[in-house]
Amino acid sequence: MKYVDEYRDEAAARAVVDAIRRLVRRPWTLMEICGGQTHTVIKSGIDRLLPEEVILVHGPGCPVCVTPLELIDRAVEIARRPEVIFTSFGDMLRVPGSASDLLAVKSEGGDVRMVYSPLDAVTLAERHPERHVVFFAVGFETTAPANAMAVWKAHQLGLENFSILSSHVLVPPAMEAILSAPDNRVQGFLAAGHVCAVMGYWEYEPISARYRLPITVTGFEPLDLLQGTYMTLRALEENRWGVENQYKRAVTREGNRPAQDLLGKVFEVCDRPWRGIGVIPGSGLALKPELAAFDAARRFPATGPPPEEPAECIAGEILRGLKKPHECSAFGGRCTPERPLGAPMVSSEGACAAYHRYGRTL
Amino acid sequence: MSDPTRPGRPTQQTAPNDPETVRPGEGAAPASAAPASSLAGGLVCPIPLSEYPTVQLAHGGGGRLSQKLIEGMFVPAFDNPTLAALGDGAVLALEELAGAGGLAGSRLALSTDSFVVRPLFFPGGDIGSLAVHGTVNDVAMCGARPFAISAGFILEEGFSMEELWRVVSSMRQAAADAGVPVVTGDTKVVDRGKGDGVYINTTGLGLVPAGVDVAPHRARPGDVVVINGPIAEHGIAIMSVREGLEFDTAVETDSAALHRLVADLLETLGPAVHALRDPTRGGLASALNEIAGQAGVGVRLDERSLPIAEQVRGACEILGFDPLYVANEGKCLAIVDRERAGEAVEVMARHPEGRGATVVGEVVGEHAGRVVLRSGIGGERVVDMLSGEQLPRIC
Repeated sequence: MKYVDEYRDEAAARAVVDAIRRLVRRPWTLMEICGGQTHTVIKSGIDRLLPEEVILVHGPGCPVCVTPLELIDRAVEIARRPEVIFTSFGDMLRVPGSASDLLAVKSEGGDVRMVYSPLDAVTLAERHPERHVVFFAVGFETTAPANAMAVWKAHQLGLENFSILSSHVLVPPAMEAILSAPDNRVQGFLAAGHVCAVMGYWEYEPISARYRLPITVTGFEPLDLLQGTYMTLRALEENRWGVENQYKRAVTREGNRPAQDLLGKVFEVCDRPWRGIGVIPGSGLALKPELAAFDAARRFPATGPPPEEPAECIAGEILRGLKKPHECSAFGGRCTPERPLGAPMVSSEGACAAYHRYGRTL
Repeated sequence: MSDPTRPGRPTQQTAPNDPETVRPGEGAAPASAAPASSLAGGLVCPIPLSEYPTVQLAHGGGGRLSQKLIEGMFVPAFDNPTLAALGDGAVLALEELAGAGGLAGSRLALSTDSFVVRPLFFPGGDIGSLAVHGTVNDVAMCGARPFAISAGFILEEGFSMEELWRVVSSMRQAAADAGVPVVTGDTKVVDRGKGDGVYINTTGLGLVPAGVDVAPHRARPGDVVVINGPIAEHGIAIMSVREGLEFDTAVETDSAALHRLVADLLETLGPAVHALRDPTRGGLASALNEIAGQAGVGVRLDERSLPIAEQVRGACEILGFDPLYVANEGKCLAIVDRERAGEAVEVMARHPEGRGATVVGEVVGEHAGRVVLRSGIGGERVVDMLSGEQLPRIC
């Protein structure tokens, strides 16, 4: 397949792996930010091709994983309401809340529907004026523009029966949270290419300078990841920092200006709790006050107390790259994709789920 | 997502939007139901639509309306003397079925499957043809030659009689093409809102000829895994017309009866065929995991040799699906002696449903019970069983 096969070519991959082997003189720990990248690393076996001096740890960039348990409970509660049509991307449906999940709500008779686009949810609201349509707006800067577009369109249409349950999070504050922790071991980042396609990478320049570490904007195919790894290692070996762009075919320094403008019209920055990590200041997007009518959390206030996470789960250490999934005592036993104890085992892009699925148990 | 007010979900991209444009019995078959020949012979829907345009509870009640449906629609459609006898069950003469070879040493294979697919009509097929192919294939994977199937219909009150006729016509055509008659059946009707238009259960009977022994536990290190064509087409075809998730694609279901291909394979290769499996729900990955577990062997796949059509790969990339886990309905995995692998591919390729036959992997002594895949760039990973259904990803 064009634009895919080129980036999965064995000879080319081998050449980059050889170049990395020739380059590396010291041990290095890099973090790939995005869950999609983690998935590629494990699925294509990149972690096993790299020399042992190079450790890839897996970042917090899995939107399903970092969505707080409390918000999933909230979604379940809202989806149970008879007047509500609850819409969501497919992979949020199975995520367990503290007592139930959205698929279970559907089986109990709740009107839970899977959509591919938030705009489909707006169309549903237009078609069903007698119902209230809620869209579960989860994700990083990648999905935020489409969700902003949905709210903006509903606003323009004057819809009163559409709202979003927003759990939008931002990458740069999470990177800073990881770097500023006293036990941090990350020495270089592979930044998430799709996030940068929207936001550009100018935001990362001050982070790179402040913490004196290289950041490479990296794509999602096996060769992208290998090349991104090579570029980051080269900077480390040459004692350089700064932001480099491996994913030139999709990312510019400025990013997608119309998308950024739309985000600015609909959302404002807020503090946001991350599952497994805690509240990170300035790390989320909330609807602007003038669009508060589209905020499902405000429309349907929470009823119960916030839930507690299982104490055994070391999700926080995993999402910050301090531990690997199989180093957890519950991994594969008390915690599996069928019965996850914590966030990274939940989504297929979570590091624990990827390790479990692709047999990285040893 | 079910909408009980629209039983049967009458029109998707594959069905004519106006029921008036194609009336059963007027010669032309609905585009998706079956080839145009499906209604050849001037078979006309015998239930006057003006009288009963939809299924009534009484159609399953055992009384006059039931009789009308059975004698008016099912018996003429499936047209065979065993069914026409309308006994409480079918009575079959085994000696005749066994043919010249006789019954000595042969064994009976029995398999059952229920079909609850949604939508009922999808690119390249429908629930009717699927219900025939699915069970014929399950019987064939036992190494048996299927000779009869039963059909149980669970109809939803209010289901369009016209659509039922389309389904029955398609089943009739599939059974006729396969040469496997529908010899007995049953019809029940459930209250409106309690079903998805129509559910079909089919049970198939077949004879395993003397000397044939295919079973998962016979897979052994050194064997080779052969498949009869590209994977993941059925699942993607269904996904492309799921309500609310539609996307444009030319991918059609691979639904097909494989018993002739299997019989040919068994005749040519004999005991060199060790195991057969149709990788339906759960896809190639689940089928091979089952075999690996049952035989206590490992299976190795090479990503680069997996046959996947360009369109299917594209759809999987967009949806975030792994084609290894996507359903097939016309595929057969054959675990055969390494020395006969080339021959197995040749035999499969002689059949229309085996044109894309190829070797996809091998059975090994290491990592017993597990399937390991060599990725396109030369890495390795375990291909596990799937937990739950694959769901489209956020990003």
